[in-house]
Amino acid sequence: MEKELLEFNCSLNRRNFLSKMSVGIGSVALASLLNPKMLLGNEKEADATSGVTGILDSPHFAPKAKRVIYLFQSGGPSHLDLFDYKPLLRERNGEELPDSVRNGQRLTGMTSGQDSFPLAGSQFDFQQHGKSGMWISDLLPYTAKIADELCVIRSMYTEAINHDPAITFFQTGSQQAGRPSIGSWLSYGLGSMNENLPGFCVLLSRGTGRPDAAQPLYSRLWGNGFLHSLHQGVQFRSGKDPVLYLKNPPGVSRTDRRQMLNSLTRLNEISHQKFGDPEIVSRIAQYEMAYRMQTSVPETMDLSSEPESIFRMYGPDSLIPGTFAANCLLARRLVERDVRFVQLYHMGWDQHENLPTQIAGQVRDVDQASAALVLDLKQRGLLEDTLVIWGGEFGRTNYSQGRLTKTNYGRDHHPRCFSIWMAGGGVKAGYTYGRTDEFGYNIAENPVHVHDFQATLLHLLGLDHEKLIFKHQGRRFRLTDVHGHVVKDILA
Amino acid sequence: MPRIINVLLVTSLILIPALILTSCSSESGPRQKQIPDIVDFNFHIKPILSDRCFTCHGPDANTREAGLRLDTEDGAFAALGEDKDHHAIVPGIPDSSTILDRLTTDNPDEIMPPPASNLTVTEYEVALIRRWIEQGAQWKKHWAFTKPERPEVPAINNPDWANNPIDNFVARRLQQESLQPSPEASPEVLLRRAKFDITGLPPTIEELDAFLNDESPDAYEKALDRFFASPDYGENMAIDWLDASRYADSHGYQDDLERTMWPWRDWVIKAFNENMPYDKFVKWQLAGDLLPEPSMEQLLATGFNRNHKITQEGGVIDEEYRVEYVADRTHTTGTIFLGLTMECARCHDHKYDPLTQKDYFEMFAFFNNVPEQGVIPYGDESKAPKPKIKMSVDDASRMLPFITELKDLDSLEFMIMEDMKEGRQAYILGRGQYDNHQDSVSAGTPSFLPGMTDNLPRNRLGFAEWLISPENPLTARVAVNRIWQSLFGTGIVSTPDDFGNQGALPTHPELLDWLAVEFRESGWNVQGMQKLIMMSAVYRQKSVASEEHLERDPENQLLARGPRYRLPAELIRDNALAVSGLLVKKLGGPSVKPYQPEGLWAETTSLQGLRRYVIDSGDKLYRKSLYTFWKRTLPPPAMMTFDAAARDLCSVKRQKTSTPLQALVLLNDPQIIEASRVFAEKLLKNEALEDTDKLKHAFRKITSRLPDEQETQLLHQILADNIEKFSGAEEDTKAFLAVGEATYDEDQDLPKLAALTVAVSAIFNTYEAVMKS
Repeated sequence: MEKELLEFNCSLNRRNFLSKMSVGIGSVALASLLNPKMLLGNEKEADATSGVTGILDSPHFAPKAKRVIYLFQSGGPSHLDLFDYKPLLRERNGEELPDSVRNGQRLTGMTSGQDSFPLAGSQFDFQQHGKSGMWISDLLPYTAKIADELCVIRSMYTEAINHDPAITFFQTGSQQAGRPSIGSWLSYGLGSMNENLPGFCVLLSRGTGRPDAAQPLYSRLWGNGFLHSLHQGVQFRSGKDPVLYLKNPPGVSRTDRRQMLNSLTRLNEISHQKFGDPEIVSRIAQYEMAYRMQTSVPETMDLSSEPESIFRMYGPDSLIPGTFAANCLLARRLVERDVRFVQLYHMGWDQHENLPTQIAGQVRDVDQASAALVLDLKQRGLLEDTLVIWGGEFGRTNYSQGRLTKTNYGRDHHPRCFSIWMAGGGVKAGYTYGRTDEFGYNIAENPVHVHDFQATLLHLLGLDHEKLIFKHQGRRFRLTDVHGHVVKDILA
Repeated sequence: MPRIINVLLVTSLILIPALILTSCSSESGPRQKQIPDIVDFNFHIKPILSDRCFTCHGPDANTREAGLRLDTEDGAFAALGEDKDHHAIVPGIPDSSTILDRLTTDNPDEIMPPPASNLTVTEYEVALIRRWIEQGAQWKKHWAFTKPERPEVPAINNPDWANNPIDNFVARRLQQESLQPSPEASPEVLLRRAKFDITGLPPTIEELDAFLNDESPDAYEKALDRFFASPDYGENMAIDWLDASRYADSHGYQDDLERTMWPWRDWVIKAFNENMPYDKFVKWQLAGDLLPEPSMEQLLATGFNRNHKITQEGGVIDEEYRVEYVADRTHTTGTIFLGLTMECARCHDHKYDPLTQKDYFEMFAFFNNVPEQGVIPYGDESKAPKPKIKMSVDDASRMLPFITELKDLDSLEFMIMEDMKEGRQAYILGRGQYDNHQDSVSAGTPSFLPGMTDNLPRNRLGFAEWLISPENPLTARVAVNRIWQSLFGTGIVSTPDDFGNQGALPTHPELLDWLAVEFRESGWNVQGMQKLIMMSAVYRQKSVASEEHLERDPENQLLARGPRYRLPAELIRDNALAVSGLLVKKLGGPSVKPYQPEGLWAETTSLQGLRRYVIDSGDKLYRKSLYTFWKRTLPPPAMMTFDAAARDLCSVKRQKTSTPLQALVLLNDPQIIEASRVFAEKLLKNEALEDTDKLKHAFRKITSRLPDEQETQLLHQILADNIEKFSGAEEDTKAFLAVGEATYDEDQDLPKLAALTVAVSAIFNTYEAVMKS
């Protein structure tokens, strides 16, 4: 406990901070500036000299995964059309959802007023794939091919029924704003493995399935909440300024900037002599990190060194900056550079109507690239300690929102059950966990709550979700609040 | 024991250990292990019990184990269960106190706290508890829940040092620690500190010179008075209040569309500029609508309770969100006025404080009678959600005469508070869930605090009167603590949002109480309180940290030196605007859209959402940062980088971090480059100044002090490097000078202008430019 209290109290302690942060100072700074790797020598030391130091000296136990790429599918992908095969819905297509199945559960305001809740079987066929015979929709031909790499959870459930609270819940553990996001917690606990790039990077893309009315995102989803702002997610954008304010003003070159920073550093050193404030030393280090980011970020974002075969693998979209496919490729490049947590958001999975057309667009955006990312990580030997996660904030109803026709239907939000998949870093491959009932409405076996998912994620990174805490307003906060159980059955 | 002696005794006891509890230096060694001669319950024992024991042996009956509660005197001394011979705590007899056995046993089934809690109690803490029991286990009420009385001002060794009683309290403490206060800061530093604190702006060169030359004994006081009299004061004060009140220009959820609440923001500025007494300020905002025949201004003030987020997301269950808004008001009120973490008692009794779930919903009931909707429809965004008020331009101009945009408007419409004639029945909500109605409750204040008197109506007005009544132990303490925080960077209680059992202990408890009583008895005079603190010798100290300071008190809790910390986000930008002359000083009006990287809103926002950020031009580009349009789901990124509050929820304390992203903003934000260039051009045009003087002048204007020789030399270096760089590089020069909307004279030495711009921007990037010291 003493240790914990001290850790809490010291988390922002300047001297402690400095003893770990001050690698960027003086002659060492110049050396590391020219060649940051010079300082590192081997991977272990790389942890010790990283830009942001975690609160823990080491993880709670040996991690299975060192890095995470989270392919968040924002809007709520339909489990019933992608991963959760329900032939019964086809058989009983158009029949009323039995009350015994719905069991009085609340509906959103979008369908609670409907007179009728006609069951809507998926219009897409499912086949079995891989050694385990995993059922996957024909909408996902590329994902189907990596069935043996996937650990699909079909029994996810959440508490929120609308996008804003549901996404916020997934990413921060609370439906209401104000808590740190998953990536921030990891940065806080484990620090960064990289002194040239942020430890928590965010990439956004828009879906083509519902381009006109995609659900929005909110920067709080990658916010640091009450944690130190060094732990906030940094958005990487396609275009001229890949990180906000990264680029020097026009007419100012990198050499010019270096020259100016040298003088600025001297000015700050004089201030340090005058005022004795250790904060100045950390400030100098921050400027050096910023300077390094000015090259490391564009270098990471520049895909021109990628061979043709890679673009073929990720699909034609990967040539277009800002697409999900291009972001997948960037995610690989970021984890190659030891960025710990890469968070992608792909918008547009909110098929209240015209699901068959819209979802076809969405899967076209993501199917090939998601699968390529897993395979690419594998061929580089990174998959074994990189965890890839694919999924949204809730599922969709088994009944049609709006009119059900032979060729068309929509689905409303459904928090009671949905599917996600994981691959790599410490999860079973070619494995399906949990089961929903025949209606794809309720969970029949092995429910996994959002907090369970979060606990498992932290576990894979070597963290005990009950011990990764931050005391704020007198209370010990956790990503998992006061809940969550590690889903041991899916651990490899 | 007579009270005064008691106070002195406590003073001498609590201080060292209070530091220990919050001290960070794990290597501070023997000092930490010293058990105080007299152990005090509030300052030594309860923090341990609360933090490590209350979760299972505290206020929440539903999770209480073995029937033992340690949060009340009766509970702690009661016999354990059926066994009349066993007691957790037996005053004076440690060996009979089973609490010590349970804290020290080797038996994993018996040890407390249980291993599964991931909590432990250290040997030092056990020794403290043992000593406390030996000394008779005297129980005390929580310090913050008893009414503050004005303590005797302590005598000190160096009475000449003290300017007012604040100094006696601080000096007394320093004496006990054998530390000396620091000498008074230099006039430049002092003026900069005071002007930023009061007006949010740096001193001008003229002000610096005048102050340096003013040898009258009241020169400093005159300067303070001048600053307080400036309308900048109200704007600067509003910044913290907007954070606390979660003010924004958008609704905050999902599509996050625009709302018009800036008239409320302008009322806040006006109220501060009029030095409205705090009790009135509180009453109007909480219950202006319930005052007899409320004026338009009193109605406007109640917008405070409508600043919370409101959803427009399709499909949302209306009642779920309506309840959320009432909860938000309850939490905000709890945090701002009472320093209580009310939100912890929404789902269950509070784990640490004597706040029951029933208390929570009784307070909730005050805010539950608003004729409002949980989900507001899309449509005409110029219409404010109900309840609202439409104000004619005439009314608005009478009330907020400084707003010049009013002539362009037909009328103004904004949200206010209103209570329905037939109140809504409030219930305890099981697990805090909107549809889980348990027992019905009626409006009331937390039962552990002095109750509302019978004459008070059981509505928001009565609640407000209760808040500001002299019997309320929290309101004045919480308010003066925030004022202290705004001047020193950290409050006397470093957790301004938590005065409960888990909150930080006051570093100077008597001082806090003295200030609280003084504040109340002064008629809740906010400016008066600020001035009192700023007149103290404590505030006026040098902020230079010596080795001894860093070793013994790195966080400056003892106040042996003056405050030093990074300026808040708003003031960093405003400083650049002010010294360059770009700043457009104008009070109030609709929010503005200064520079922001292109496309940010559009990237994340739906088509029906607020997705086009059109950068303003002209004057609107250069307004103070407090007027920057606040879209909650994507707040201004440069300000967020400097730890501005997101305004999703009430926030009464910001972080003061240093990060690489901050460096990028200061180096590359067009606003800083443009301000540098505009300033550089003024310097260049001033032919009376030699280059050295130009650089010195720039440095002084930005940091409020003259550079020394070495610093001047470095600035020269930057200038020379860049003259060389830009000379003959016409394209680079023009591109660099083109940053920002402000024009410049092209018929001058442009390479030199560019070079001077770089030098000025380098100064904006120095540590001192962003510090209040």
